[in-house]
Amino acid sequence: MSNNWIEACPADEIEEEDVIRFDHGGRTFAIYRSADDEYFATDGLCTHEQVHLADGLVMDDIIECPKHNGRFNYKTGEAKSAPVCVNLQTYPVKLEGGKVFVQLD
Amino acid sequence: MPMRDYSLVGPEAEKAVQKGLTTGEWYRTDIPRKQMKELMQRSDGPAIRDTILWFALFILFGAGGFYFWGTWWCVPFFLCYGVLYGSSSDSRWHECGHGTAFKTRWMNDVIYHIASFMIMREPVIWRWSHTRHHTDSIIVGRDPEIVATRPPNLFQIFLYFFGITTAPKALQKMAIHAMGRMTGEEKTFVPESEWTKVYVIARIHLAIHALPFALALYFGSWLPLMYFGVLPLMYGAWLGVYFGLTQHAGLAEDVLDHRLNSRTVYMNPVFRFVYWNMNYHIEHHIFPMVSYHALPKLHAIMLPDLPRPYPSTIAAHRDIVGAMLRQQKDPTWTIQPELPDTAKPYQPHLQATIAPMPAE
Repeated sequence: MSNNWIEACPADEIEEEDVIRFDHGGRTFAIYRSADDEYFATDGLCTHEQVHLADGLVMDDIIECPKHNGRFNYKTGEAKSAPVCVNLQTYPVKLEGGKVFVQLD
Repeated sequence: MPMRDYSLVGPEAEKAVQKGLTTGEWYRTDIPRKQMKELMQRSDGPAIRDTILWFALFILFGAGGFYFWGTWWCVPFFLCYGVLYGSSSDSRWHECGHGTAFKTRWMNDVIYHIASFMIMREPVIWRWSHTRHHTDSIIVGRDPEIVATRPPNLFQIFLYFFGITTAPKALQKMAIHAMGRMTGEEKTFVPESEWTKVYVIARIHLAIHALPFALALYFGSWLPLMYFGVLPLMYGAWLGVYFGLTQHAGLAEDVLDHRLNSRTVYMNPVFRFVYWNMNYHIEHHIFPMVSYHALPKLHAIMLPDLPRPYPSTIAAHRDIVGAMLRQQKDPTWTIQPELPDTAKPYQPHLQATIAPMPAE
């Protein structure tokens, strides 16, 4: 496994049950904080129409795309309902010194 | 001047891609994330309340029509029943299709399927069609839901009010799907993984559509035909079409700014119940995540960035009819609503001849 841990943001920059955008190396990611204070990361663009998921709505384990309301489980990346059919890539996340790190491939 | 080719498999589809209309960034009003999150919050309460009222009104007007059947008194009851069936089903189909009416997913799905049947829109096909409508709103060759073409076919639009063309066409499409086939246009926006679902649902819908005819024959009465199937859509579609035309008709094509191709119209509370606040149509297109019950609040926030809303449906239709008549001679002409000084300018667009909105 790669050791490519990248600092994404301060942990308190994300509100509970919310998401922010994180750009790195010409790619865009979405960093989530769940209602029970866990952190997750996925690709930042919806697999349906390349829309930034960080503008969407986090509800329980779901991120809903702001353009067509497609839904993913942001913890597993699973596409949950049309129009999204392709799963979202997820990335390992860790917290250190109050900061969120994402392990990129 | 010849009419543009509105099909999704013709030359305009390719031109739209070449012009960058399918990959461009759409204009969005700046709203702080915190405020946006509040606006996007889901709730079951308003839609449950409205749906209980909706079903109660169906029972009330349906029972009245039954009781007075055979007298002229049944007419107003069926007029209201028809509007519920053939017009309000449009907004329920729409809002539940977006999944924003209820917080609970299965509630959206149940009402979506009921409303889809009422308005004769096959649920899978139209979910994908509406997805494309939001991706490429009023982009010729890409959007399958453009109602008023240029020049507008006024006779066809007149027929829409009575479902005279839409209902038979919907049945024809259902028959095609029931036989396990998709049209060329549908293949451009419905993924192949969904086709089997389309075929199965088409067979179910066709079977249910046959039921009122069977009941009418069995009871020797027209009455079953009045309640569900093709007929109540036809006698009740008129208000939905009247509302629906205000969404985009007469406005710009091939632009990436919803303030140029959509319209916000103020409506009275009864109309807004029937239409589930879709009169805030610019707001809905820019932020489709916002539930119908939060649209008035979104409208208030966005107002400084919006063209002046039309004060009534009559005012909107006055403009639409004027535009459609003018477009008979000049199909390139379109309304450009005036922006207030507080608004950001229109996103640069590709339309060459956009005229200012006529003064009231």
